[in-house]
Amino acid sequence: MHDSTYTPSRRGFLSLAAGAGALGLTGAASNAKAQVQTSAKIVILGAGAAGAALANRLTERLNGAQITIVDGRKEHWYQPGFSLIAAGLKPSNYSVSQTTDWLPKDVTLKHEWAANIDPESRKVALQSGEVLSYDYLIVATGLSLDHDAIEGFDLDMVGENGIGALYAGPEYAARTWKAASKYIEDGGVGLFTRPATEMKCAGAPLKHTFLIDDLARKAGSRGKMDVHYMANNNSLFGVPIVSEKVRMLFGDRGIAPDYSHVLTGLDAGAKRARFSTPEGTVERDYDYIHVIPPQRAPEVVRQSGLSWADKWVGEGWMEVDMATLRHNRYPEVFAVGDVAGVPKGKTAASVKWQVPVVEEHLIAQITGGTSDAAYDGYTSCPLITQVGRAMLVEFDYHNNLVPSFPGIIAPLEELWISWLMKEVALKATYNAMLRGKA
Amino acid sequence: MQDLTFTTLLAVFEEIFGRGLFWAMVVAAAVVTLLYIFVLIRDRAVSWRKFLWAQLSMPIGAIAAVMFVQGVTRSGFSDIGGPIDVIVLLGVAAGGAIGMAILVYTVQSLFWRQTEDS
Repeated sequence: MHDSTYTPSRRGFLSLAAGAGALGLTGAASNAKAQVQTSAKIVILGAGAAGAALANRLTERLNGAQITIVDGRKEHWYQPGFSLIAAGLKPSNYSVSQTTDWLPKDVTLKHEWAANIDPESRKVALQSGEVLSYDYLIVATGLSLDHDAIEGFDLDMVGENGIGALYAGPEYAARTWKAASKYIEDGGVGLFTRPATEMKCAGAPLKHTFLIDDLARKAGSRGKMDVHYMANNNSLFGVPIVSEKVRMLFGDRGIAPDYSHVLTGLDAGAKRARFSTPEGTVERDYDYIHVIPPQRAPEVVRQSGLSWADKWVGEGWMEVDMATLRHNRYPEVFAVGDVAGVPKGKTAASVKWQVPVVEEHLIAQITGGTSDAAYDGYTSCPLITQVGRAMLVEFDYHNNLVPSFPGIIAPLEELWISWLMKEVALKATYNAMLRGKA
Repeated sequence: MQDLTFTTLLAVFEEIFGRGLFWAMVVAAAVVTLLYIFVLIRDRAVSWRKFLWAQLSMPIGAIAAVMFVQGVTRSGFSDIGGPIDVIVLLGVAAGGAIGMAILVYTVQSLFWRQTEDS
């Protein structure tokens, strides 16, 4: 075979390389903003997704600020991983890192819980008795899972006798898989519940149902199973168009929806659960039950006077403006993440969109200016429908679908690419967000 | 997704592979590409014998890339759900094929230069 006579020149090569370099430089040119000089005292309650991301972003933007972050838990939990752990797809340590891994050096971390918030005198008391005064307060405490509200249920039961509860943490998610995998082997009646309160990631109860259904199908035991999804009201998801799609998928998978069945208690020995329904209390036998308890703001927030008085009564979410996340009565107080009293947005994806809004308003306030940054309820849920497929559902306050890749990734279609994004890119994007870089 | 900038993408890729591995892979890809261009310029010609071997290796690269992606994501061909999935699959295969071809061509040019050109 003869060599061809194609002869690229050295000059061509050099200009190509130079061009590529120039392209790289333009691309990498950061959108860094000028630092603001301030001596403001900023206290952030909670070092979870919202608290850590905001701490990183504020240290980038502010020079001289005293930032203190308060969190009693030393572990950081990647909560979007819990559904995968509870389906045996990841080990429990997949979701666990250390809080200190994510925080910038120049913030002060208090490894204890806040005991009291006094927004009038602008002070936060810690459990050790130490009192922090603040100029600005960011409440990013997350929420409390009220397991005691389920009569007869105790977290120690998780993993045995057909009881799962994946929300409670990485270890409980792993124990949930222990119970769920036994259910996949033995079959019987499965009840997949969700609470009637506001909750974090309303897609997770659905994901767990879909994943157990799919794993049983692949194990060849689905025929022995009678799977029920216990909806808290007459829909399967808060966004009507998504609810309809889920109803169709449930029909396809043979998952029976039981509407308006809210779990109130269970008898673990008899494997019988009690539900509150419009027709009164209903008892149902189960072989596997997935418990998600009622959720509310942490006690310290509910006692602080920062909660809504007339909305979500008893749940205690913070009274903030739904666009700016600034407190309606205390303008130096913001809420980010699960604890914010806004109609949607108890997901990590929401945090990703909320954090820059709070950052802008806080910095505007420090510099005496204003900002028109606004949060419109963006929430995203890679709704897994089987191992290997998901629907990338994204929506806002108005129940509109707001796809990130319109015309490319269809929001209501079960796609492999959406699964790939969940598997490969989601945790990475989350980590980048924690570092304040996404 | 908000603000999907080039720097965000870099940050995400750093998190996927770890900062060290990601940049090592970028450097490796860049080095192989530069070596490829280097041998083209050095030889002042495309060797069709080497190119034949490179082409023959392309299906192997394509299959390896698809198997790799499916392996690390616990998914398979039955999970293909729509047109974009087919495009992604073909893209992964094409990437693997082209990468393999460039690698094979470059390695031949660098190490087996004397065996041909007779």
